[in-house]
Amino acid sequence: MGQTMIEKIMQKHSNEDAEPGKIIWIGIDVRSARDFGGANVVKNMNTYYPGEKVNDRSKTYFTFDCNVPANTIAYANNQHICRKYAKEQDVRVYDVDAGIGSHVMIEEGLLAPGETGVGTDSHLNILGAIGAFGQGMGDQDIAFVFKAGKTWFEVPETVRIDVEGDLPANCTARDLTLKTVGTLGTKTALGKAEEFFGSAIDKLDLSGRITLASMATEMSSIIALLQPNDLVLKECGAARGSPVQGIAPDADAIYSGNVTVDIGGLKPQISRPGKPHDVVDVETVNDVQVDSVFIGSCTNGRYEDIKAAADVVKGKRIKSGVFGSVVPATRRGYIRLMKEGVLETLMDAGFLISNPGCGGCASGQIGMTGEGQVQVSTSNRNFTGKQGAGFTYLASPETAAASALLGRIATKEEVK
Amino acid sequence: MTVYKGRIWLIFEDGQLMDDIDTDMIYHNKYLAITDKSQMGQYTFDNLKGYEDFAKKAQPQDIVVVGANFGSGSSRQQAVDCFDNLGVTCILANSYGAIYKRNAINSGYPILTIKELDISALSTGDVVSIDTDSGTMEKDGLVIGRTMPLSTVQKDILAAGNVFEYAKGL
Ligand code: SF4
Repeated sequence: MGQTMIEKIMQKHSNEDAEPGKIIWIGIDVRSARDFGGANVVKNMNTYYPGEKVNDRSKTYFTFDCNVPANTIAYANNQHICRKYAKEQDVRVYDVDAGIGSHVMIEEGLLAPGETGVGTDSHLNILGAIGAFGQGMGDQDIAFVFKAGKTWFEVPETVRIDVEGDLPANCTARDLTLKTVGTLGTKTALGKAEEFFGSAIDKLDLSGRITLASMATEMSSIIALLQPNDLVLKECGAARGSPVQGIAPDADAIYSGNVTVDIGGLKPQISRPGKPHDVVDVETVNDVQVDSVFIGSCTNGRYEDIKAAADVVKGKRIKSGVFGSVVPATRRGYIRLMKEGVLETLMDAGFLISNPGCGGCASGQIGMTGEGQVQVSTSNRNFTGKQGAGFTYLASPETAAASALLGRIATKEEVK
Repeated sequence: MTVYKGRIWLIFEDGQLMDDIDTDMIYHNKYLAITDKSQMGQYTFDNLKGYEDFAKKAQPQDIVVVGANFGSGSSRQQAVDCFDNLGVTCILANSYGAIYKRNAINSGYPILTIKELDISALSTGDVVSIDTDSGTMEKDGLVIGRTMPLSTVQKDILAAGNVFEYAKGL
């Protein structure tokens, strides 16, 4: 019987049959804890396995990204607890300067297509972007994996999503992503894996794939898996320092449902405040005045995303009274943006640039929204209170940049 | 061979096993500050319509039988631990919420899934025995239902006690 991508990956990591609905043991290639949840993982380790070693130190990591560098004593304490434990265990810490853990894993080649990773980050399923299985879990579950090197999963069913049409020139991977989130809502793929097909998907670069995969969580999906193309395999191979293999579903794989997302004639998309899946065309809300703009996060914080925003604002100034901030996802991305003068372009336009990490998505790091304040953000969540007391719209870096220039929600085509 | 034997509680709504019993109905959030497991049992189901006095009447070795999506809602471990504290042998449901299932399996609390069950042959208070290896459920020597086989994961963790104990043996 044919298998979907998730079934194949789980099968490769288990000696039981990976059939949907069945609970099986799965070997985990990469185990991580971030500064959120990490200290509790350490506490569990010390409670249940005092004095013992982690299962495999070369596969175990701490990644700090939530609050970097710590601006509360609680986070500073937690990071310090993790660092001390890491030293005892001789495991690697990607410290407060490294960037968003899931991105670091891809950039450093810690995880390759077809492999498995777990961590205390609810968006670790972003690893579906390279055709790998990633999953966020609670601190007890992660402590168990630190010790056991494996964990159990109920093999999920898979929903097949066919994206029809080509991405119009004025749209980006983020618009495609938002269209998909709006179409599926939070029920269609609840508790299931998603697999994407279509020529527009095949053409997506790694950055676009990360954007799409990062919003599986907002569709209540376990993971959105994308079959790596040659470009992605090359990039992952370079990161690892040795060639990597792709993973593909069988032609006769069985899907529990089929959804078609038509992107022919797509217009730039935006989520209205409160619900990521409340998605409309940008032009329907382009009279909304904007107070602040944030460009970054695991969804749109890559080099390519920030470069795209810079291209929109080049030689122009943010509207007076609007606050704009940019946070590259990783240190490596930051260095490249700096060397190529992209950060300079953004600073000249009036943006504040902060150090790499989740800043702007995890609340508080580079400012929150005040009551009544309207923000356009490139992050993945806009639940009430997540980024402060104001109202957050979610859109592409291009739309965010254009909105900063015009002081109202706008597409890049409206920038003269 | 593992056999669970005890008096059953059929948790009914309109003559059917009740579906969608969430964690607030099992163990209300007003008791979440309690961390001592021995204090949890007394509040079991006290927010479930028709079963508010369950904890007073339940006896050790009882078996609780419910419908689909049992334990949906929050991730609170208390919603599993409260049954263990009462001495309830196991839970038998048509299906479980995903997090509830993770919590129950990890803590080594037996939850079983119904494959088929003739409810008309049963009343609350009947004594039944469930053999998890053969998946048969019997009353007075007659087969009245079947349960799904336990996964190797669940067997491994049940045998060890809980997921942390299990890892010690690896
Ligand atoms: S950017 Fe936001 S959603 Fe992404 S990992 Fe960081 S905190 Fe989570």
